[in-house]
Amino acid sequence: MPLELVCPAGSLMALKAAIDNGADAVYMGFRDNTNARAFPGLNFDEAQAAEGLRYAHERGRKVLLALNTYPQSDTWQRWTGAVDRAAKLGMDAVILADAGLMRYAVKHHPKLRLHLSVQGSATSYEAVNFYREHFGVQRAVLPRVLSLPQVENVVKNTEVEIELFGFGGLCVMVEGRCLLSSYCTGESPNSAGVCSPAKSVQWKETSTGLESRLNGVLLDRYGKDEKAGYPTLCKGRFEVSGETYYALEEPTSLNTLDLLPEMLKMGIAAIKIEGRQRSPAYVTQVTRVWRAAIDAVKNNAESFTPAPAWMAELNKLSEGQSHTLGAYHRPWK
Amino acid sequence: MNLSLGPLLYYWSREDTFAFYEAAADWPVARVYLGETVCSRRHLLRLPDWLDVAEKLAAAGKEVVLSTQTLIESESDLKVLRKIVRDGRFLVEANEWGAVRLLSAANAPFIAGPTLNVYNPETLDVLAGLGARRWLPPVEVSRSALAALLEHAPDGMETEVFAYGKLPLAYSARCFTARHYNLPKDDCQFRCLDHADGLPLATREGKPFLTINGIQTQSAGVYNLINEIPSLRELGVACLRLSPQSRHMERVVKAFDAVLAGDTAAAAGLAKVMPGASVDGYWHGRAGLEHDAARNA
Repeated sequence: MPLELVCPAGSLMALKAAIDNGADAVYMGFRDNTNARAFPGLNFDEAQAAEGLRYAHERGRKVLLALNTYPQSDTWQRWTGAVDRAAKLGMDAVILADAGLMRYAVKHHPKLRLHLSVQGSATSYEAVNFYREHFGVQRAVLPRVLSLPQVENVVKNTEVEIELFGFGGLCVMVEGRCLLSSYCTGESPNSAGVCSPAKSVQWKETSTGLESRLNGVLLDRYGKDEKAGYPTLCKGRFEVSGETYYALEEPTSLNTLDLLPEMLKMGIAAIKIEGRQRSPAYVTQVTRVWRAAIDAVKNNAESFTPAPAWMAELNKLSEGQSHTLGAYHRPWK
Repeated sequence: MNLSLGPLLYYWSREDTFAFYEAAADWPVARVYLGETVCSRRHLLRLPDWLDVAEKLAAAGKEVVLSTQTLIESESDLKVLRKIVRDGRFLVEANEWGAVRLLSAANAPFIAGPTLNVYNPETLDVLAGLGARRWLPPVEVSRSALAALLEHAPDGMETEVFAYGKLPLAYSARCFTARHYNLPKDDCQFRCLDHADGLPLATREGKPFLTINGIQTQSAGVYNLINEIPSLRELGVACLRLSPQSRHMERVVKAFDAVLAGDTAAAAGLAKVMPGASVDGYWHGRAGLEHDAARNA
């Protein structure tokens, strides 16, 4: 079935919100740094994961487990233990980034379905097919860096299902290939499961405006009329050759509703909604819009145009109240 | 322990690039990594040009390694990659897993580059089985994390560590240099040529923070492990990678060579020729931009 809707579940409430509003699958993480949203107060212990699985399976939906950080040598067993638990709980798939962990999963749980995480940084069919040949990976999530024709070229040259990010926070860098956060704070998505961690954030009201800092590094300064966003490192304003601007990326969200007909046509297996750190209310609203949009495009791709009400609803939820097609649309690059 | 000259991460004119490698033939480095690893639009040297440079350096007694592009986006990127693998005259450094697939299919021994994200011995063992004979940890890996990994490293695997230069931290589909000049990436006018050591990015209070290098983002600080050579030796690290800079590279190489030979005082001269402040936080398990204050004081 093409264009499966895969929604974020940072908590049991968010999971139920996603399922109740039409997600085909949800993805979650365990409550530790084995996943790339290792935030305090987020994620699932084993009992909650079991309850989430029961809730989803009773309604014919799937649960995917993100184990998408890179296992560290001295705590390797934390990651293999998580794979074992995923298999025992009956997860529909695990989303992995690390080749060593994939080898472990194949050896010990040959029936467990494997997805290649976006953190695996596979941007070509040669890379995707590597994981297929060696570990039997069945689906790959592509980093948010390829244009749509480049995505199509991957789809045409692999039997691995391709999943794309459709909506939510926009990584401007190749996922899995960004160490900006650890350069500034000591912790990166790859090794600690966090980007621009909240514990390193400082806000300060000064005579020149509200300042946001990450581990002491000034990321931005906001005037009276400016709305301050979460200080994600790549979305700060910096000075380059005497000019101060968003040198890497504006605080904006990815929204690909416009591209749904093309994604359907090229055989994209699933659309992923970012945001395990977001509230159940957010998950409800985003899931509802995307369910309606995917149903509409499947019903009639030729005449599909995103309803203005959907776009308005999503823009309200977007970071910086604006959105972009990101790299799928060539001029963004 | 010996020295490697890492791949050139910037975009220099043909003349400057050739002159750099002509000089490098006489420097005390055991090996040289060659090729364009950052951006496929950089075309002043095509693969045949790089192969010419490779032949000359090999004739001068250097081990030559061809480094592959880190972010593969298009079919033409894959074409270049396949040509590198097919050439077969030189060792290849694989910088993403598509290259690993092609190299292992060709039964070619290879170097596992720092962007393959090897954080544990299991993954290194996967690579060893596919033909990797040397590897580099991601630049964020600390001394203690590397020590834990090496306790269980596969037999015969050589370790190389990025030991000097602005740190390559991130890759994007977007070109930040073109963005700075308000140019589309497809018509970037090759502005990288104007920034031989990258385009400095500072915070709004003027503190150097990062370096823009086309689609790559680097640190502003210069990673410098020259004072850590004893601990690198203790770990059994075989080679130290020195990343090219536009000026004084010979002095950088010679300073490391002197310290390797026991002249620890030679480390002090390095500060004068570095294109940024010294940082070594990553090696000590801290934020990358920090530096060992006690030693540098």
